[in-house]
Amino acid sequence: MGALINGPLPRLLLARAGQAVLVAVMVGVLTFVLVRALPGDMAYRIAAGRYGFDWVSTAAAEAVRQDLGLDQPAPLALLAWLWDLLRLDLGQSLVTGQTVAEEVGHQFGHSLLLAASAAGLSLLIGPPLGALAGLRPGGVLDRGLLLVAVLMRSVPPFTVGVVLILLLSVQARLLPAAGSGSLAHTILPMLTLALCLAAVSARVSRDAVAGVTASAFYTFGRTKGLGGGLVFWRHGLRNAGVPVLTYFGVQFVGLVEGMVVIETLFAWPGIGHALVHAVVARDVPMIQGAALAMGLFVVAMNTVIDVVCALLDPRGGPS
Amino acid sequence: MIRTVAGMTAQRWMGAALLLTLLGFGWGVPLVWSVDPAKQDLMLLLTPPDFDWADGVTLLGTDHLGRSLLTRLASAVRLSLGLALIGVVTAAVPGVLLGMVAGWSGGWVDRGLSLLADAVFALPGLLLVLLVLAIAPGSFIALYVGIALLLWLEFFRVVRAQVRRLRQAPAVQASLLLGLGPVLLVRRHLWPELAPVVLTLAAFGAAATVMATAALGFVSVGLRPPVAELGLMMTELLPYYEEAPWALAQPVAVMVLLGLSLTLLAGKDPR
Repeated sequence: MGALINGPLPRLLLARAGQAVLVAVMVGVLTFVLVRALPGDMAYRIAAGRYGFDWVSTAAAEAVRQDLGLDQPAPLALLAWLWDLLRLDLGQSLVTGQTVAEEVGHQFGHSLLLAASAAGLSLLIGPPLGALAGLRPGGVLDRGLLLVAVLMRSVPPFTVGVVLILLLSVQARLLPAAGSGSLAHTILPMLTLALCLAAVSARVSRDAVAGVTASAFYTFGRTKGLGGGLVFWRHGLRNAGVPVLTYFGVQFVGLVEGMVVIETLFAWPGIGHALVHAVVARDVPMIQGAALAMGLFVVAMNTVIDVVCALLDPRGGPS
Repeated sequence: MIRTVAGMTAQRWMGAALLLTLLGFGWGVPLVWSVDPAKQDLMLLLTPPDFDWADGVTLLGTDHLGRSLLTRLASAVRLSLGLALIGVVTAAVPGVLLGMVAGWSGGWVDRGLSLLADAVFALPGLLLVLLVLAIAPGSFIALYVGIALLLWLEFFRVVRAQVRRLRQAPAVQASLLLGLGPVLLVRRHLWPELAPVVLTLAAFGAAATVMATAALGFVSVGLRPPVAELGLMMTELLPYYEEAPWALAQPVAVMVLLGLSLTLLAGKDPR
């Protein structure tokens, strides 16, 4: 554990904290521009919300404008906007009237369930297959896997989802095509995301394992009489694990992007689905809340990966 | 990989050939068949392909509004590849230039530019495009700005790292000692090393553009009907799967071919 504290970890954690702040600022600035670009006068809309549509008058709108400082120049207004964001005061959804924090918290649970099960499943599919291919580079499995991986990388995840829906739920009638609530509903979106993630992690594991088995220490392990399984367990797995895990962190970006599209495709009540609906309804507080939650999720998961990598390889963090 | 002519792998040649075929399809179809991709004919709903070369409307069949799938697909290919091309070019020029400046000069210029890049990079790419697109929904310009904003980053990061490394190289140091000018340095030492990487990044960027456009169109926050766009076409044709599986299969197939051609052309991932 001493290596953890003295090693590169504190600097990495600091960088991740900085990244989290940058996510918040980016989301804040973009949604601020979004609000300013909306047609109409914001003061009238807020006045309608406060006093009811029948009581909106120019005087009431002026009062709101004075009260909230809406006539401030843009840079000051932006600072006020970011200050609200910093205090995690996200406001209320314009559509449902509930606080954004409540809504996002509810949807995030669903998304987390989907993301965690998809990531778990992809780890069961991708790295083992990749490792098997890497132990015998140029073999049948290696070539076949390369072909599948290139194909999967060439299409956006929703295409895979559409093909799976057509095969498994429309043709074979095995699984429900959309919705949530039961285990059966989880399988298709989970499988779609997991397959897309596994296609990439299998290639990375293959390269990592092929690299390790070609190294001098691995050959020495074999020479001193260790069996194929034992030498892989003792010398191969941990060394190949670090690049695979680092890449797994990169994949969380893809996972979040996949969430937006896959949740919409399968009508999964998660945060990506909420974001798309908020964009369609121009529900700015919800857009901000959902985007913030997804951005911070990526940063948080990458921090976890950093710590695990530092535990696996105390020599120095991933570059 | 098998090395072939001009230092390109067989894989890249396949990608280039596939891309040329798609370009020929996209821009060639309107020259041969002058059918408006938005023209509806409700008497011809979901007509199966008849492979009658004289008739551009039913050659590949029609969609649920009786529009010609042939010209709609060609129009969608032109849209995707056109957007990819201008997106990549407008992202590559500032990305490469800023990357060179940051990597070469170091110091506060480098720190400032890197901070800017980190800020953009902090958000997942599709989220960034989605937020920019939310400002002006359905607008081609907003989609283009979002994509260019996302793509310049990859060029900046990779070029900056390469230039930092190259600056320390003995050849560059010798040229600096001889007092050679910046134009010669870039042309002689930097660009030859950067060019292959930049081209690979360009192909990946184009693939990312094509996929993001389709993904956003598919969840109906991207471009709007009646524009012919691959993701939109899939959403529109999905309900008619039972009646016309061949109709849905066409945009899916074109999407796969487009993605495949650009990924093959890109070659190995430099990251």
